[in-house]
Amino acid sequence: MKKVYDSAAAAVEGILFDGMFIASGGFGLCGIPELLIEAIRDNGVKDLTIASNNAGVDEFGLGLLLQTRQVKKMLSSYVGENDLFMQQYLSGELEIEFNPQGTLAERMRAGGAGIPGFYTKTGVGTVIAEGKEEKEFDGERYILERGIVADISIVKAWKADEQGNLMFRKTARNFNPAAATCGKICVAEVEEIVPTGSLDPDKIHLPGIYVNRLIQGQHEKRIEQRTIRAA
Amino acid sequence: MAWDRNQMAARAAQELQDGMYVNLGIGIPTLVSNYIPDGIDVTLQSENGMLGMGPFPTEDEIDADLINAGKQTITEMDRTSYFGSDQSFAMIRGGKIAMAILGAMEVAENGDLANWMIPGKLIKGMGGAMDLVAGVGRVVVVMDHANKRGESKLLKKCTLPLTGTGVVDRIITNLGVLDVVEGGLKIVELADGVTEEELRANTEAALV
Repeated sequence: MKKVYDSAAAAVEGILFDGMFIASGGFGLCGIPELLIEAIRDNGVKDLTIASNNAGVDEFGLGLLLQTRQVKKMLSSYVGENDLFMQQYLSGELEIEFNPQGTLAERMRAGGAGIPGFYTKTGVGTVIAEGKEEKEFDGERYILERGIVADISIVKAWKADEQGNLMFRKTARNFNPAAATCGKICVAEVEEIVPTGSLDPDKIHLPGIYVNRLIQGQHEKRIEQRTIRAA
Repeated sequence: MAWDRNQMAARAAQELQDGMYVNLGIGIPTLVSNYIPDGIDVTLQSENGMLGMGPFPTEDEIDADLINAGKQTITEMDRTSYFGSDQSFAMIRGGKIAMAILGAMEVAENGDLANWMIPGKLIKGMGGAMDLVAGVGRVVVVMDHANKRGESKLLKKCTLPLTGTGVVDRIITNLGVLDVVEGGLKIVELADGVTEEELRANTEAALV
């Protein structure tokens, strides 16, 4: 089955619906599936629940879907860079379920690995633990967190082959592998698709079994905090 | 007299031990990397998926794919390795990171920590802080002793939503160094020119 699509719009065609749950890779604006986010905006699908560590900035990344008010709820660990997010949250238009960063990553990993829940120390004794089952193991308290299975996941990688085997680059890997595994359908965008057989099988970070649809495109790769030292 | 930001960071750097894997939070904790003592070799973890975090880049070295957990551009080193967020927090939760140095809004005398939200005012999120304080071997807080209104940030009980309960081991403030011990906080060290009376007068938490 052919995984490579011609455009981001084509890659999301037929798999988007109102009220759906999307898991997205990326940390800040690093390694975000920027082309697929634009395609989702252009599609106009609404009432989305999105699991993503951050919500982009006002004008870029997932912030684009906030501008168009396509998002109903976010599952995130940190949304501090986005004023629009704050406005929509405070006015009650947007729901947020804060997830500790490691818990969010593990929820995606677990969901993709067929694990419906896991116990963690993270958040014990805080508001995060409210309403969750608590259990003691070896004298320590843990809370039950659920695995995430999303309708689709959208991720960004550096290179892919035509089988969807992915390689990431530096810290742009972040949530992408875990997010990829937890979608019932995973759509990946990459900077370069190379012929099958041209990637070293030992250097593949995510096997193509997790990737259903694939596009190649030009990425802006915006930098949030350009910090330099004197040369 | 008291310590300034850089002196607090320099004091926090004295907590580092040779061979440690360490996570530094945003703000003053980031400055700690400028003061790593000679002969102490530590590896810095960035929870977005990197071990062996190097200094900020020069203009020519900037790479959009290489940032730290504060979203700042950084560089890699010879020892650097990259991994996904799930593995990053597996090593944090699994106790492989020896120490976290982070900022705080409030610390209570029993080691409770609040550093992620002010209801109705500041809604940003906890990021990786809850995972870090629950998972790492030792938690060192670096913060001002008092808030902007001059009220003690070392409290009998935290008033803000908690990041973790009983998680803080040591607190380094502009006035000195305190440890969380049975029954309250213990003064370990006074900042330059600060008297014990002055520190006591500025601390709400029980001092033992």
